[in-house]
Amino acid sequence: MPANSCLHCSTSLETDIISFSRVYKRYPGGYEALKDVNFTVAPGEMVFITGHSGAGKSTLLKLIAAIERATSGTVLVAGQNVSSIRRPAIPFLRRNLGLIFQDQKLLYDRSAFDNVMLPLVVTGHSWRDAARRARAALDKVGLLDRERAYPIALSGGEQQRLCIARAVVNRPNILIADEPTASLDAEYADAIIAMFRSFNQVGVTVLISTHDDRPIRKLNPRVLTLHHGSLA
Amino acid sequence: MRAWLRHHALSFGQTMRRLAASPFASLLNALVIGIALALPLGGYVLLANLQQFARGLATDGQISVFLAPEASKSDIAEIDRRLRGTPGAARVEFVGREQALAGLKRAPGMAEVMATLRDNPLPDAFVVTLAASEPELSRRLEQEIKGFPRVAHVQADSAWVQRVSGLLRFGRTAVALMATLLSFALVAVTFNTIRLQIMTQRDEIEVSKLIGATNAYIRRPFFYLGAFQGMLGGLAACVIVDLAIVVLNRDLAGLATLYGSDWILQLLGLTDGLAVLAFAAALGWLGTFVSVSKHLYKIEPR
Ligand SMILES: Nc1ncnc2c1ncn2[C@@H]1O[C@H](COP(=O)(O)OP(=O)(O)O)[C@@H](O)[C@H]1O
Ligand SMILES: [Mg+2]
Repeated sequence: MPANSCLHCSTSLETDIISFSRVYKRYPGGYEALKDVNFTVAPGEMVFITGHSGAGKSTLLKLIAAIERATSGTVLVAGQNVSSIRRPAIPFLRRNLGLIFQDQKLLYDRSAFDNVMLPLVVTGHSWRDAARRARAALDKVGLLDRERAYPIALSGGEQQRLCIARAVVNRPNILIADEPTASLDAEYADAIIAMFRSFNQVGVTVLISTHDDRPIRKLNPRVLTLHHGSLA
Repeated sequence: MRAWLRHHALSFGQTMRRLAASPFASLLNALVIGIALALPLGGYVLLANLQQFARGLATDGQISVFLAPEASKSDIAEIDRRLRGTPGAARVEFVGREQALAGLKRAPGMAEVMATLRDNPLPDAFVVTLAASEPELSRRLEQEIKGFPRVAHVQADSAWVQRVSGLLRFGRTAVALMATLLSFALVAVTFNTIRLQIMTQRDEIEVSKLIGATNAYIRRPFFYLGAFQGMLGGLAACVIVDLAIVVLNRDLAGLATLYGSDWILQLLGLTDGLAVLAFAAALGWLGTFVSVSKHLYKIEPR
């Protein structure tokens, strides 16, 4: 545990599952997407990140999954300093995260079932165990009857649910969703948010970014608002 | 351990499916590699056969022993006795210098040349016929006889046999150079196959990285693909070379009846064939390694 890297942390490490301290992110070209971002998330919390388009929501979530690296500052995930993580350690970090990103990145050459199987295959589960878990995950998102379907045959909302099934099939501690309700109509969006709530209720830490605050008004959850890369 | 085995079985299955997904391209690649390998391999096989052939000729079963000019009658008698007592020497024949000169004079065109000479320039000589025409025996006797007193020069191989062995050496160098060059070609072909494969599987690689696949896991099927394609190419090379030998042997059979010889080209042996497969697979592995190092690590989820 890199104790010296957390001199600026405001709360103790043991209680936080995610902690940003003095995080800056400058993209090549000089654009500063995040400026002095500080916040912590406790295990089991559900946090929404809002902000206008280009505010830095996606960037913030990518820093947690080590898809991007902080230019300066410290990003701790489950006690691990992700801003200076070594490349070989990244896969093992990501196995504890369920990631749902904007461009869905489903694999179109295989069935819904095989898409959900992928994370289990990568971690070396036996086929029987993996198949059982994959069906359970598809069941949770209401796609069990579509397991043979190819992603191209699924509607936008169904594809989003398939992404969620793939993200939760490995039973991650942290679920990260980047605008999961974008381009879905209100009813569908509510169903998706309700799904995340149910995962949160069984102890999963959930971070969701959204630019539309309609689902938030109803739930009254914790909200972090980004404005031009800074937390309000 | 079981998970590890499962990974390998899975990767291998994936490789086979990918090959089967584009059978024409896969076969074409294997054929290109096969032809590239067939050239040096064919050269190697031909050389090996020629070497076998030349070895049969190299020892015509005789050694010429030339004596020093000062050798006296008693020296000659002594050498004659020692030659006869040497194990491996079946027959010993003395060729006196007068006799040798007479022989040369009988040769067409030589009489005039010989007539200009005042003295006989030829030495006394023995021709030793070996008990068996083995190169090993020939070399051993040559060494032994060189040590006799009053022996000036011992010649086991005739000049043209030395020339043939020089040519064979030249051929071996040429084949080695060709093999080196075409090995690079094989590595390049594999490099390109794997590059294309990585590009078509870009999405899958990105997703795999996003869900926590290690680099070792992601590159494994590519190594299988590269090595397997190399092996298929090696197999194609063996088949091409053996087919060529079968065809050549039909022509040789015609020649052989004319010359009363039964010399035919030997097919590629099992050991040689397996070595070719292993070598081609290793080159495929190498091409994959270079390609994966260059292309795979650049693909990161965005
Ligand atoms: N790879 C990148 N290279 C350069 N600039 C980027 C890159 N990704 C995002 N940005 C910029 O960073 C800012 C924040 O982007 P992003 O985090 O995607 O915002 P949001 O998700 O809130 O819409 C934007 O102005 C965007 O143009
Ligand atoms: Mg975004």
